[in-house]
Amino acid sequence: MNTLTVSPSPHVHSGDSVKKNMYGVILALLPALAASLYYFGLGALIVTLAAVISCVFFEWAIQKFLLKTQPSIIDGSAALTGLLLAFNLPTNMPIWIIIIGSLVAIGIGKMSFGGLGNNIFNPALVGRVFLLISFPVQMTSWPEQSKNLTSYLDATTGATPLSIMKEGLANGESVSTLMSKIPSVTELFVGNMGGSAGEIAAVALLVGLIFMLIRKIITWHIPVSVIGTIFVFSGLMHLANPEAYAGPLFHILTGGVMLGAIFMATDYVSSPMSKKGMIIFGIGIGFITVIIRVFGAYPEGVSFAILIMNGFVPLIDKYIKPKRFGEVVKTAGK
Amino acid sequence: MLKTFSLGGVHPEENKFSAGKKIEVLPVPEQVSVPIAQHIGAPSEPVVKKGDEVKVGQLIAKSTGFVSANIHSPVSGKVLKIDDILDASGYKRKAIIINVEGDEWDETINRSDKLITEISLSPEEIVKKIGEAGIVGLGGATFPAHVKLSVPPGKKCDILILNAVECEPYLTADHQLMMQKGEEIMVGTQILMTALGVDKAVIGIENNKPDAIAHMSELAKKYNGITVESLKVQYPQGGEKQLIDACIKRQVPSGKLPIEVGAVVQNVGTTYAVYEAIQKNKPLFERVVTVTGKSVTKPSNFMTRVGTPISQLIEAAGGLPEDTGKVIGGGPMMGKALTSIDVPVTKGSSGILIMPEKIATRKPIENCIRCSKCVSVCPMGLSPYLLMTVSDKAIWDRAEEEKIMDCIECGSCSFTCPASRPLLDYIRLGKGKVGQIMRSRTK
Repeated sequence: MNTLTVSPSPHVHSGDSVKKNMYGVILALLPALAASLYYFGLGALIVTLAAVISCVFFEWAIQKFLLKTQPSIIDGSAALTGLLLAFNLPTNMPIWIIIIGSLVAIGIGKMSFGGLGNNIFNPALVGRVFLLISFPVQMTSWPEQSKNLTSYLDATTGATPLSIMKEGLANGESVSTLMSKIPSVTELFVGNMGGSAGEIAAVALLVGLIFMLIRKIITWHIPVSVIGTIFVFSGLMHLANPEAYAGPLFHILTGGVMLGAIFMATDYVSSPMSKKGMIIFGIGIGFITVIIRVFGAYPEGVSFAILIMNGFVPLIDKYIKPKRFGEVVKTAGK
Repeated sequence: MLKTFSLGGVHPEENKFSAGKKIEVLPVPEQVSVPIAQHIGAPSEPVVKKGDEVKVGQLIAKSTGFVSANIHSPVSGKVLKIDDILDASGYKRKAIIINVEGDEWDETINRSDKLITEISLSPEEIVKKIGEAGIVGLGGATFPAHVKLSVPPGKKCDILILNAVECEPYLTADHQLMMQKGEEIMVGTQILMTALGVDKAVIGIENNKPDAIAHMSELAKKYNGITVESLKVQYPQGGEKQLIDACIKRQVPSGKLPIEVGAVVQNVGTTYAVYEAIQKNKPLFERVVTVTGKSVTKPSNFMTRVGTPISQLIEAAGGLPEDTGKVIGGGPMMGKALTSIDVPVTKGSSGILIMPEKIATRKPIENCIRCSKCVSVCPMGLSPYLLMTVSDKAIWDRAEEEKIMDCIECGSCSFTCPASRPLLDYIRLGKGKVGQIMRSRTK
């Protein structure tokens, strides 16, 4: 007779895996990648490949030679970090800078904390913010839309809607005059503006969100609370003084809000575990984003906002617990 | 929208291969081994000795406390010995071994199939008789039925809930029992309602059993106060607290029993046993057991005497498949992997599930990626990832604080975990430790 396997229950598994989730997110990013290639052409391709390849390479090399563990690049998490890092970079970024950013993202952002599952901060954003403060010029000159399909480093650059707004307001111009220099809401929605590789096309990112919600990779809590908070907060300021503060649609459709809310803030490892915690986390990100955009020195604040809230996650998880069974309904039988 | 419980839950593949299979009566084996610990509570005390002649239904081991149960002989014949045998728990424990001779039943048992609807006993007499008949929860928990029916002073029960959910994948014993013994279950329900002094009963059935819902709803029309609730398929709906929540929207508080919210839950199989005990004077010594699995040639539902070696059931279902990797007593979510196929059927054996080797082994464990899926599926609203960590690091006060004792061990967390982490294994370890600490404190 065969020997019988004995193990504790449950004896079946859903079949879900780390790999399936990681590749699921990568699939969800493909519409945004397509939009990026459509608007930026060659530059987008080079930046994306450089970031993905170098992130995967660094993870492999660190595991193989420094940690001497079995490399786990096959799980897709390093490729995902690379893709997200690329999406946060202008498409005329020199490859050597991308390699430095990838090393920081994987080496410091992820592996120094103990690898997948242990990093406190979103690795791609650690890489991105490191580059932003180290190479401010390269990180804030974005190629113009649809004009540079075959150029890369030599692309002609232009401003993003957020920087136009920031500088204009600083020069004493009013929101209504500035809005005429900025593409219409519909154009912003489809991504017809300057910006980082993967952040521009809200429509493509939303398709990715729907895909991830259907596949149950993420839940609605973080994206909705981030976008909702930015909409409400900036909307209230706009209502209070329409000439000094840009409108809510402008805020949610420009910069990294969609990419950040849908793909960066929802990173499993660096976001809270309970639904209530996720909403608090999302509200915090939305709030800090608007504060930085409106009152800070940088035109954009999504990356900083997410990193700051990443730091609060252990605290949120400690104090915000999921709703327990039998906690709410206290009524006993008559 | 169909009703279900409020928090978490999963939906494993149902695989109810034996769903349409009529209950077959399994022939009486040549020898039975009847364990004296088949229920939650104190083991029973044998009242027969080696060489004694016994009849079917005769008391062979008596209850040794309030939370304990009588055991009756499932066969007629001669007691061979009282000895330690390997049972479904994986341990060697005491059992009464009987060599079968003929099939002679105790004369007081009414063996006719005629339905008796009239209930002549008083509530106290019913509870007493259920206790005497050795009836325990047949859903798998094997908690003595008379204990649940004895409402403690100061508490009041206003509703009886019948567990006909059978939320474990593969198992179909309760389903078939409803299809074939629906009327008896209805009378059994009335008996339980009389015992509890309630005028309402709800039978909760998941809507993957539409035939049972239709059949039971039709029958319920003839009986006052019984309604059938069709529930959304969601595991672990058969958990007592989950079922109460699903059927009547009342949540049993942490650490409390269902009576706290005025409800008593009994399984349909138990209810059928109650009918037989009260109306036919037949103690509990046989039950319906599903034998099933992906490679089993003839998935079946058998009416089986307690003490029958499960190898005999497997034989009747077409034999042990070539690719067998694991044999489980119960369903795939909460059942126990057996160490041998010679262990006997007990009162709690709802099914025997035979799993092919390739799905019997676990996947390698990966790092926790904090995806929070274990938190979302936990029907008790706990944080399994955290309970695993604190159990691993032996931080028992924190485990208690995080309500580790609320865990019902449904396994939804381990089932879901993308990193294949053995969450429930660690939580069980923690529960054992914390339970010990809590008991030592009250001493």
